[in-house]
Amino acid sequence: MSRTTRARRAKREPVGRWIDDRLGVAKLARTALNKVFPDHWSFMIGELGLYSFVILVLTGAYLTFFFRASTTEVTYAGSYDALRGVRMTEAYRSALDISFDVRAGLLMRQIHHWAALLFLASIVVHLGRVFFTGAFRRPREINWMVGVTLLILAIFNGFAGYSLLDDQLSGTGLRIAYSIALSIPVAGTWITSLLFGGEFPGPDIINRLYVIHILIIPAIITVLLTVHLAIVVRHKHTQFPGPGRREDNVVGERMWPTYAAKATGLFFLTAAVVCFLGGVFQINPIWIYGPFDAAQVSSASQPDWYMGWLDGALRIMPGWEIRAFGFEIPNPFFPGVLLAGLTFGLLFAWPFLEARVTGDHGEHHIDDRPRQRPVRTALGVATIAFYVILFLGAGADVLSTTFGLSVNSVLWTFRFAVFVAPVVAGSVTYRLCRELCRRDGLPMASKVSWGEIPSRLLGRHRPPDASPHPAEPDEPMPTHDELV
Amino acid sequence: MSDRRPGLRRRDVLAVGLVLATALVITSLVISRRPAAAGADQQARGRELYLTGCVSCHGVKGEGVVGPDGRRRGPSLQTSGEAGAYYYLSTGRMPLGSSDEQPRRKKRAYEGADLDALVAYVASLGTGPKAPIVHLAGADLAKGGELYRANCQACHSASGSGGALSYGRAAPSLHSAQPREIAAAMRAGPGQMPVFSSREIGGRDLDAVVRYVQYLRTPRDPGGLPIGRIGPIPEGFVAWSIGMVALLAIVAWIGTRMPIRREVEVPDQPGEGSP
Ligand code: HEC
Ligand code: HEC
Repeated sequence: MSRTTRARRAKREPVGRWIDDRLGVAKLARTALNKVFPDHWSFMIGELGLYSFVILVLTGAYLTFFFRASTTEVTYAGSYDALRGVRMTEAYRSALDISFDVRAGLLMRQIHHWAALLFLASIVVHLGRVFFTGAFRRPREINWMVGVTLLILAIFNGFAGYSLLDDQLSGTGLRIAYSIALSIPVAGTWITSLLFGGEFPGPDIINRLYVIHILIIPAIITVLLTVHLAIVVRHKHTQFPGPGRREDNVVGERMWPTYAAKATGLFFLTAAVVCFLGGVFQINPIWIYGPFDAAQVSSASQPDWYMGWLDGALRIMPGWEIRAFGFEIPNPFFPGVLLAGLTFGLLFAWPFLEARVTGDHGEHHIDDRPRQRPVRTALGVATIAFYVILFLGAGADVLSTTFGLSVNSVLWTFRFAVFVAPVVAGSVTYRLCRELCRRDGLPMASKVSWGEIPSRLLGRHRPPDASPHPAEPDEPMPTHDELV
Repeated sequence: MSDRRPGLRRRDVLAVGLVLATALVITSLVISRRPAAAGADQQARGRELYLTGCVSCHGVKGEGVVGPDGRRRGPSLQTSGEAGAYYYLSTGRMPLGSSDEQPRRKKRAYEGADLDALVAYVASLGTGPKAPIVHLAGADLAKGGELYRANCQACHSASGSGGALSYGRAAPSLHSAQPREIAAAMRAGPGQMPVFSSREIGGRDLDAVVRYVQYLRTPRDPGGLPIGRIGPIPEGFVAWSIGMVALLAIVAWIGTRMPIRREVEVPDQPGEGSP
């Protein structure tokens, strides 16, 4: 074929071919469009997070047009009577202007805030799905850690966004964050002066949080989300056991057209729910809270729910002062730094810890049913119970006024419950899983005795047979020192 | 004055003046008579009400009563003053049913003239702060907001819906308090509430705070249904119980639509070469 005829033919070619000739993406696109998604509904939960993030970026971009991250003092002269003439920071004033004087500003603010709450909620539910089905096992450990990192970033960015507005409530939150950061032994003072630019409240904090909130963290989240999804494509999805499903295939529906239609529908429905909340339920009425003044505290000030467990831990923690290595360790260190560190440290390490204890280092592409892993499921439920109690602890004063109880007795109830509830929830779950398995005649994971766990964790255990075999369904109940 | 109609003018003025003067004397006589009589009536009425309703717990002279079991029936009223009396009576907190009861806002036991009489009588038992009259017209709302946030919100919350204090006590909601009750509360400092004297919050500042507290009943409050306005805990609750439940229901609905055709893909395993 001569050059000219090829060029002439190219003129009549469709757009898709035109692009492929230049970028050579047809093969990639075909692979993507033919990708098969497993058809269990719970695999779509993660997408809720993705779509909330898209909505967050869109509404957030609108808000940046009007928000001024500055602590310069100004006098309010906007349309909200009850604050006119009051001295405040420019940040707070612009947040008021967004709420009262910018077209659709309040709606955007509320959608943004609700989307943030749902973003975090979706991540947590998605994490639960992956955890309880064992979808984090080899080869997916890296993606599990990417996911946990995303969770941490999302929590931090939510907190940063909440603190930007410089109203009384967010200032109270910042003060708590300041005291937690300050409580870190040795490095505390340095960290706080870096972030706050001086003693609390500090002249620079709003500025710096703003850059972190709208640029740095969203950029990292975007990159990590891409990595997260790319790894999913690379590994393919896991799937639940079922007819025709093997470790080496994926049964479901193709990306195009079925799954694409579902995903688009899900995006719009997610947007609809978030917009409904933003339009119907008031969230964070900053004009009632007033401008931040370091000397004031409102009685019912709690952070957003995803920080609630930290706040609850701070409230429940008895006021002990502990000295170690010649340092006075400030009280907020334990609930604030240690608990958060342990929480996320354990989350990161879980796939490896579990593999060590069970001795199962093999690849898995078929998900567990939660009941088939009674110990993992029980531990998961116990952990959830622990954090729910901490979260409720953050509302101790609200609970005590609502039910007419004394704050102190409510706090002591929580101090007990935070240890008792996980044990109860865990053992009930354990029993339930075993009963369900027995009823369904399902095989259960093999047993590990309690005594072996430390040596297994330290990696010193040499199992006689590396591959675990499923226990027989009709085998007798294990004794107390056995773990299933 | 011009010279053209001097006689006429002077006579008119004189006549009007005379009529006015007479009227003034008569009315002032009537007025100056009444309070004296009314004052005595009010005193008697107040005493009567006090001796029937309050004496069992507060004593004849308002000195307070300690029961035979050594427990205090009621505190001394000699420093309560008009403010204390007005606060406890107008909000229905007094009379208490029993001494162990926590005083709470109830329906008033005394209204109108009886209320005034009893308040005046209790005030006359000792020395104490007056219950100021407030003038809401022209009071500075924004200034009131600032004072409220600086002095009151720590206990009553930013929205005035109340909050918990330690040991089972709570600061009540301010949404049903009347202007003068608010002023009296500030001067009297009931229970765990501190006293805000006229030196701390006086004159127009008092009016401003009262106006703001009144404003909090029906504040300008855009954005949809206020969910408690007591911070993010109820918001998190709505996010999960409405938002997340709706989203999961949607996911379950979309996710269980049957595919037209099930497909099987046999993926290449990671670590086995090219993608
Ligand atoms: C059953 C006993 C009882 C009766 C009857 C009673 N009181 Fe009281 N009163 C109390 C107690 C107890 C307190 C302390 C309340 C508290 O703050 O815990 C009190 C407090 C007060 C105070 C505030 C005192 C202060 O600290 O300044 C005033 C004013 C008062 N009462 C007025 C009255 C009047 C007027 C009546 C009659 C209508 C009345 N009380 C009837 C028991 C009683
Ligand atoms: C230390 C906490 C505290 C502070 C600060 C405080 N209050 Fe109170 N307030 C209370 C308590 C407790 C009561 C209930 C007292 C009782 O037992 O009658 C109360 C009662 C009231 C009432 C009566 C409410 C009703 O309807 O029955 C009003 C009005 C009031 N306060 C207004 C104010 C104002 C205005 C300020 C600020 C200038 C203020 N309070 C500051 C704790 C506080």
